[in-house]
Amino acid sequence: MEGLHNAPHSMGTTIIGVTYDGGVVLGADSRTSTGMYVANRASDKITQLTDNVYVCRSGSAADSQIVSDYVRYFLEQHTIQLGEPATVKVAANLVRLLSYQNKNMLQTGLIVGGWDKYEGGQIYSVPLGGTILKEPFTIGGSGSTYLYGFFDQAWKEGMSKEEAEKLVVKAVSLAIARDGASGGVVRTVIINADGVTRNFYPGDTLPLWHEELEAHNSLLDILSSDSPVPMST
Amino acid sequence: MEGLHNAPHSMGTTIIGVTYDGGVVLGADSRTSTGMYVANRESDKITQLTDNVYVCRSGSAADSQIVSDYVRYFLEQHTIQPGEPATAKVAANLVRLLSYQNKNMLQTGLIVGGWDKYEGGQIYSIPLGGTILKEPFTIGGSGSSYLYGFFDQAWKEGMSKEEAEKLVVKAVSLAIARDGASGGVVHTVIINADGVTRNFYPGDTLPLWHEELEAHSSLLDILSSGSSAESPVPMST
Repeated sequence: MEGLHNAPHSMGTTIIGVTYDGGVVLGADSRTSTGMYVANRASDKITQLTDNVYVCRSGSAADSQIVSDYVRYFLEQHTIQLGEPATVKVAANLVRLLSYQNKNMLQTGLIVGGWDKYEGGQIYSVPLGGTILKEPFTIGGSGSTYLYGFFDQAWKEGMSKEEAEKLVVKAVSLAIARDGASGGVVRTVIINADGVTRNFYPGDTLPLWHEELEAHNSLLDILSSDSPVPMST
Repeated sequence: MEGLHNAPHSMGTTIIGVTYDGGVVLGADSRTSTGMYVANRESDKITQLTDNVYVCRSGSAADSQIVSDYVRYFLEQHTIQPGEPATAKVAANLVRLLSYQNKNMLQTGLIVGGWDKYEGGQIYSIPLGGTILKEPFTIGGSGSSYLYGFFDQAWKEGMSKEEAEKLVVKAVSLAIARDGASGGVVHTVIINADGVTRNFYPGDTLPLWHEELEAHSSLLDILSSGSSAESPVPMST
């Protein structure tokens, strides 16, 4: 079982950033794996850069943590000089510069989201390689492949805060159902003019899709209740 | 440019099979590529096995064609014996046996769909390797990765024929938007007690998603309409 602990910590992940009418909603799963072992089943992949800007991390856990740490450090100094909160664009650009200039050494995809008084809610996608793209919504991580079809037809301009968060939670749970590297709970962070709200959705509150089984605490629960439903072939 | 013609013909594809209340709907895109060249932009990937059973083909164009040909041949002979149409299960099993027993040589994923009087509408998924799985709906091909999230929440038990076909066409167009190896038009085949209906949806009738641009016949259309219509929208960065 040595292979379990030698593999680099990677966040096969599902991360999402969505703008709505007034701010942004960031969402992520909570699984960090080393190979097939789930090293952390309740990770927090949505990391704070400033009061009003957060980043969703995917790919190498180490690389994404280091980039976030540097950007947080630079932004703190920048904020002192500026005398007001850093804008989302500045934060995203710093993330992009680090990603691009160290592209040979880093393996991390990031989604920067926040709110500022100049441009309102914004989402910036900074994938592998260090491109920066400002988008109304974006998805990332290994689980995102399964969400392109869903999002292309589900996202609409001008959603409310509640609609946007519902969409994000639903999407992460769809990806968790299909991507072995995503799992655990769903965390969301909502950022708007009023501030920041963190929400937490435990795995058992998430919808199950089709052939998924209801979670049971232990085999005893299944055996002692009415006859268990065999796995359908 | 030699590489264009040497690469094997592969159907990077999007194929879908869905059961509804009374039958099945099969759907597919129409792109066959050799490397980056689109060898056929109007392929028909939904192939007839019997009057009441069709198969959606993906992967190697050659392999899927050969498997379909053999199965059609075997089924024709088989139909003579019982004297009635082959069941969808028998057809799917033949496809599976060929796929499994020749797994080292074949690279094709198939979706068998049909209707018979014993079990109604059925969809069987036969991916690479030759597993057979009876499912209420299934997706396959390179474009299918992008559809899992959509389908998991969009498919419902007991849809009507119109709902099922709408779902299939929408799904194929979503996959075409994201998968470079899928494209062209959408073909659907509906099979039920009344028979078989083939439908055809040209590319310009399909919905566009978000940043996709409206198709223009040529640059002249954009330039000449500049005065009366709005100026062309530059690609957003």
